Amino acid sequence: MEKLSLNQRAAILSVVMLFVGLLAWEAAIPAQKAVKELTEYELLTGAGQPKAGVPPPSQVLAKAWEQLSNPFYDAGPNDKGIGIQIGYSIYRVLTGYFLAAFIAIPFGFLIGMSQVAYKSFNPFIQVLRPISPLAWMPLALFIIGDSEASAIFVIFICSIWPMLINTAFGVAAVREDWVNVARTHELGPIKTAFAVILPAAAPTIVTGMRISIGIAWLVIVAAEMLVGGTGIGYYVWNEWNNLDLTSVVFSILMIGVVGMLLDALFGLLQRRVTYAE
Amino acid sequence: MKPYLSIEKLTQKFPDGNGGELTVFENASFGVDKGEFVVILGHSGCGKSTIMNILAGLADPTSGGVIMDGQEVKGPSLDRGVVFQNYSLLPWLTTLKNVMFGVKARHPEWTKSQVEEHATKFLAMVGLEGDVIHRKPSQLSGGMRQRVSIARAFANHPKLLLLDEPFGALDALTRGTIQDELLKIWGQMEQTVFMITHDIDEAILLADRILLMTNGPHARVAESVDITIPRPRNRTEIIEHPNYYAIRNHLVQFLGKRSKELAGQPTQAGQTNAPATVRIDLTEPAEDPEDKRPALKAVNS
Repeated sequence: MEKLSLNQRAAILSVVMLFVGLLAWEAAIPAQKAVKELTEYELLTGAGQPKAGVPPPSQVLAKAWEQLSNPFYDAGPNDKGIGIQIGYSIYRVLTGYFLAAFIAIPFGFLIGMSQVAYKSFNPFIQVLRPISPLAWMPLALFIIGDSEASAIFVIFICSIWPMLINTAFGVAAVREDWVNVARTHELGPIKTAFAVILPAAAPTIVTGMRISIGIAWLVIVAAEMLVGGTGIGYYVWNEWNNLDLTSVVFSILMIGVVGMLLDALFGLLQRRVTYAE
Repeated sequence: MKPYLSIEKLTQKFPDGNGGELTVFENASFGVDKGEFVVILGHSGCGKSTIMNILAGLADPTSGGVIMDGQEVKGPSLDRGVVFQNYSLLPWLTTLKNVMFGVKARHPEWTKSQVEEHATKFLAMVGLEGDVIHRKPSQLSGGMRQRVSIARAFANHPKLLLLDEPFGALDALTRGTIQDELLKIWGQMEQTVFMITHDIDEAILLADRILLMTNGPHARVAESVDITIPRPRNRTEIIEHPNYYAIRNHLVQFLGKRSKELAGQPTQAGQTNAPATVRIDLTEPAEDPEDKRPALKAVNS
């Protein structure tokens, strides 16, 4: 054991925990009664049908294999592959998210540059920020009139705040020494913004972007449950209506995996812009 | 004739927090000649850094002005390079890119290879060559960082170079090496330098002239001490020069005692407040051979 690195030891422990957890889960699910043990009366009243229950991991794995081996099939509105559903969700998340970034980052930059702007906008941001994005849904549906666009709007409104606040904060907190370096080198305001303030604030800005993408992915599931039609959130709710808990558990896991990948992507970006002082 | 850099009746007042005003320094007037290395010595709080910021154009005085080369100083300029105590390198750029940042600002018309060549040359002048120049500042020691900062300032050929306690954060050994580097590069460039320090020995080693400030509030530049030790100077040899301890004692005396005695005297209107020139030179034949005291002449200019 002494020769193993820290990461190797952690990886072994992770695998062990996974294995033990799955075993415990498998053992905790009571087996269904076999059909032949039932009385005739029970059979007649439908008790022979498989009962809905939390599926054991073996069933979930079988489901995952089935779904992931053909993720993009399309057999009508209520039967689409998991890949298609996730694709819809990612499309909505990225559209709303990049719209938000497109507004929040330049606007946050301007707010951060001016103390007056920062202080005057702050109360509005503080009131709007804690509103659950789903609370906007009825208003969005009424004003926009389109459920697809409303879902994107909800993503937009939930991902704008962390990016706006972090950008403004990052820009406002740029060390004065660095701004002085720009000043003593006679850099104009545009050049100062791009050559000094942007790289100096980049780690904070990207942190905001990372928080936002996480929130957007949390919110899309709930939003799609409401608007329906397509997407991973709709899929979860649809399978719940079908009482197909195996699919529900499987899609929950998929939501987690995709969320992790999105976060890792921004983690990479963050590592690129981070600097040590 | 006016000196190259002329500081005229500079006054700085700050609100003291109780509705009143705190006068940091008042009617400070002095000059710096072209190519001269002038060091300003004084206790904390006497407004040295404020004078530095005003010269850099980063702060505005309450009244008075600064004239350099016939032009009034207004706002920061590439003509006045600054080396800050905390190096002020941009941490996301490599060493070379940090120097190139300055060169590009000075010569926007240069090609990238010209800029890089110029920056590399000046890094080599402060002893940074090879692999080191592609490292980020965070991977350098404090001494190396300050060298980069010095290279960045010299590479721009400013008309006036301002050094704000450049070696304050360095250990004594590193400080010595970089002082030598600074003397070397200064000797090659004939650069006008204005520097702040707390360190008396450093001041004597580097300066042509030392300005002494009294304690604040109402601080003023009380004396201008000529350093009558010939160049090139070397830290091990200057201490053997007959003038060294005489000058040093004078400075220690001033900082230890007279800076306090002279402090806190508001000046009368019309008083120019120019520092008294002090010249201590034991190598000159003394007027009275019996007089063993240092030949100390105080001349109000």
